Parts: sequence; C-alpha cells; structure tokens
Amino acid sequence: MKIKLNIWKQENPKAKGRFEKFELDGVAEEMSFLEMLDSLNEKLIKEGQIPVAFEHDCREGICGSCGLYINGRPHGPGDEIGTCQLHMRAFKDGDSITIEPWRAKGFPVIKDLIVDRNAFDKIMSAGGFVSVDTGQAADGNAILISKIAADKAFDAAACIGCGACVAACKNSSATLFVAAKVSQLALLPQGKVEAKRRALNMIAKMDELGFGSCTNTGACEAECPKGISIDYIAMLNREYLCASFSEAE
Amino acid sequence: MSKFFTSSIGQKFFMSITGLFLMLFLLVHLTINSLLLFGDGEIFNMAANFMSSNPIMKVIEPVLAIGFILHIFYASYITLKNMMARPFKYKVANKTDASWASKNMYILGGVIFIFLVIHLANFFWKIKFGTIASISYDGGETELHDVYSLVSGVFKIWWWYDVIYIVGAIFLFLHLTHGFWSAFQTIGWDNDKWIYRLKIISYIYAIIVAGGFAFIPLFFLIKYAI
Repeated sequence: MKIKLNIWKQENPKAKGRFEKFELDGVAEEMSFLEMLDSLNEKLIKEGQIPVAFEHDCREGICGSCGLYINGRPHGPGDEIGTCQLHMRAFKDGDSITIEPWRAKGFPVIKDLIVDRNAFDKIMSAGGFVSVDTGQAADGNAILISKIAADKAFDAAACIGCGACVAACKNSSATLFVAAKVSQLALLPQGKVEAKRRALNMIAKMDELGFGSCTNTGACEAECPKGISIDYIAMLNREYLCASFSEAE
Repeated sequence: MSKFFTSSIGQKFFMSITGLFLMLFLLVHLTINSLLLFGDGEIFNMAANFMSSNPIMKVIEPVLAIGFILHIFYASYITLKNMMARPFKYKVANKTDASWASKNMYILGGVIFIFLVIHLANFFWKIKFGTIASISYDGGETELHDVYSLVSGVFKIWWWYDVIYIVGAIFLFLHLTHGFWSAFQTIGWDNDKWIYRLKIISYIYAIIVAGGFAFIPLFFLIKYAI
C-alpha cells in the first residue's frame, strides 16, 4: 500500500523544526511501524537525502525507546503497545500519517522524532532505588510478602519509562511514571524503609523538571503500553500526603 | 511540610479539599432550595431566614467564600502551570480516550464562575445589601424577608433567567462528574475497586445536584407560565 507521511524534522535541539511530507510506496501490512520508517529511510538514503531520526532499540515492546506520537496518540492506534508493536495493518492504503515527537517541557527534542528522556533518569536518581544492601537472594519465604502486595508491585514494575504517560497527558505530567516507581518499592519490605523520603524527593524532582500536575483525566493509563493503572496514582498520593504530614525535612 | 504547599500534589490536595467542601455546600443549598417546591412559600421563607440569621452561618459564610476563592485561585494557578509544561503543542489534537469533562475542568469551572456572579447578583446581593419585601406569618409579630417572592419573581418574569440557571446546572453537572471522584483520587482514597464505585457515585451525585437545581426554575416556569 501507499501512504502519505507528515513528519516533524528538526536539525538539533535549538533549531526551529518543521513538518516535512513524504510518500512511501510498497508498504506491506505485516510491517511494523518502525520497519515502515526503516524503508522510508532506506529510500531517503538512496536518494541522497537525510534520513528521519527516530529512536528504537529492542523492537519487542520492553525497552520503551520508540516513543512516537502518531496521528494524535502516543504509540499510535491500539492499546498497550509500543510503536514497535504497531503494525501497518492498522492503516489503510492512501492514509496520511502525522508523526510527532513527545511534546513536553521535560522532554526536549534532540533531533527530529528523538526526545531527551533524561528527566526520567533524574527523577529515578532522586529516590527510585533501595539504598540498603539486600545481599544475596533470600531463601523463599524468609521475607514474608503477601500475594496481593507482590502482584501489585509486579504490575507497577512493568513500567518501562517510555514517557507515553507524559506525551498523552494534557498537562505533560509524569505522575503515572512516578506513581509506578514509588508504589513498586513502597509495596515491598526492602523499599518500604525509604518510602516516605522517596515519594517526597521524586515528586519534588518531577516538579522541578517542569512536568505538570495530575488532573486525573486517565489519559496516561489509556496510553500506557504496559497498562499501568491510575490506582497507583492514588497510592502515590497516599504515600506523598502521609509523608508530607509526618516526615521532617 | 513547607514544600507541600508548592508541590504538584500539595496544590491538588487543596483543590480536592475545597472541592469536597463546596460539594457539601451544594447539598445543603439544594436541600434548602427544594423547599421552594412545597407550599406557597412559607416553609422556604422560614428556612431561608433561619439560614441567614443563624449565628453559625455568620462563621460558615466567610469560610464558604474562602473555599470558593481558594478553589478558583488554585485552579487558575495549576492550569497555567500545566499549560506551561507543554510549551510546544502537538499539531494533531490528542485522540486518547479520556472524558471530555476531565480535560476541560477549567473551562467548565469558568462558565460556572460566570454563572455564580449572575446568581449572587440575582439573590445574595439583593438580600444582603438591597431592599427586599417583608412578610409576616404570625400577624406582624416577626417580619421575615420574602425571599420566596424574589426567587419566584425572577423565574416567572424573565424566562432567560430560567435558561441561564438550567445551562448553569448542565455545566455544573459536567464539572461534578469528574470533580467528585477526582477529589477522592487526589487525597488517595481510591483503588482498583473504589474507582468504579466513586465514578458511579459521582454520576448519582451530579444528577441529583444539577438535576435538582435545574428543576427549580423549570418548576416555576411550568407553574406560572402555563
């Protein structure tokens, strides 16, 4: 099939970007969206043009690097998928597709469709870890963890830090990301020790980096490739409020 | 604790608390107003005069005003800050599945604020600072403000006020469908089970409150115009 592409092109972080139109023929419906972009780039290289810069790594939905805003949705049409898991069968012959980078103050564009998601690393450095030495793998049942807590922590741990929550949120809020990380660690005995300080520090860092606040639209949950629920945001709010009222700064 | 007031969650906490307080007020307000529907105004006038002369209300009134001011102030501040979090907008409007009301709370609130100004000018201002007819139900021993005639007068003489009040109620309905459960989510009273319950209660609450407020002008319109 033949598709029309409208892609954001920007030389460098400081340059003024613009949309550029491309036409691509011979797109097979079994191609992934990234393979379609690969074939576009091969064509551009053959024609002596500069290829479109986009981020990708594992191409199996676990690295979270292929963040593209496709026709008004992070990772394009479809639920709980990365762009690498989006296939061209989701589009029809003659469709026009607009591809934009994540737009957020916290995610500046590096080049074309690639954004700098270093802000997430900074938020993690502010408290998304366990600083006690947990030693060797403990014997099974040596540390008692309820099945409910284990399941919830595991679901939160599914967050791959792709930034789709920020991209989908009308406030560019990273609350779902922070909620997943704070909840995952707060639910487990090793992480519980620092739970209060973690919630305070990670939110402070998120605010400092220019992300917005959560207004509970649920857009993040709808676009999360790992289906992380906004229940974790309620959990984060609980953690944060309790920490604010009890932890001395 | 000092950072709490400036943090994103802290500011939302104040939105939530003031919102919950205002929602409680709406229930009290509607309860009193529903007396308009019964009798020829005696019950409503008694209740309205009790509310305005009650010493507790002297304390509640400024608290209520502060509640409104804080809710509006924080909403404006948060909305502005959230808009700044995306300095460069998307070309294609977001198509993510999220309720329209949740994404337009500030616009809905803005319309409700305009309504509030009209509403205060219609009744509150006249009762508090203007001249209002008196009425007595015990042969002239106690004189009461005839609030019933004021209210019914507005609704039966000027039909566009009925329209304004009904439109106001519709915007309030949309604002409450998101505001109610969202307030609980923000204070952390939510989980995978409660989210469904809270969303259902939101709709029930919004239908009762907005439906009730919209019914009163309709009632007068039907009672006197037809």
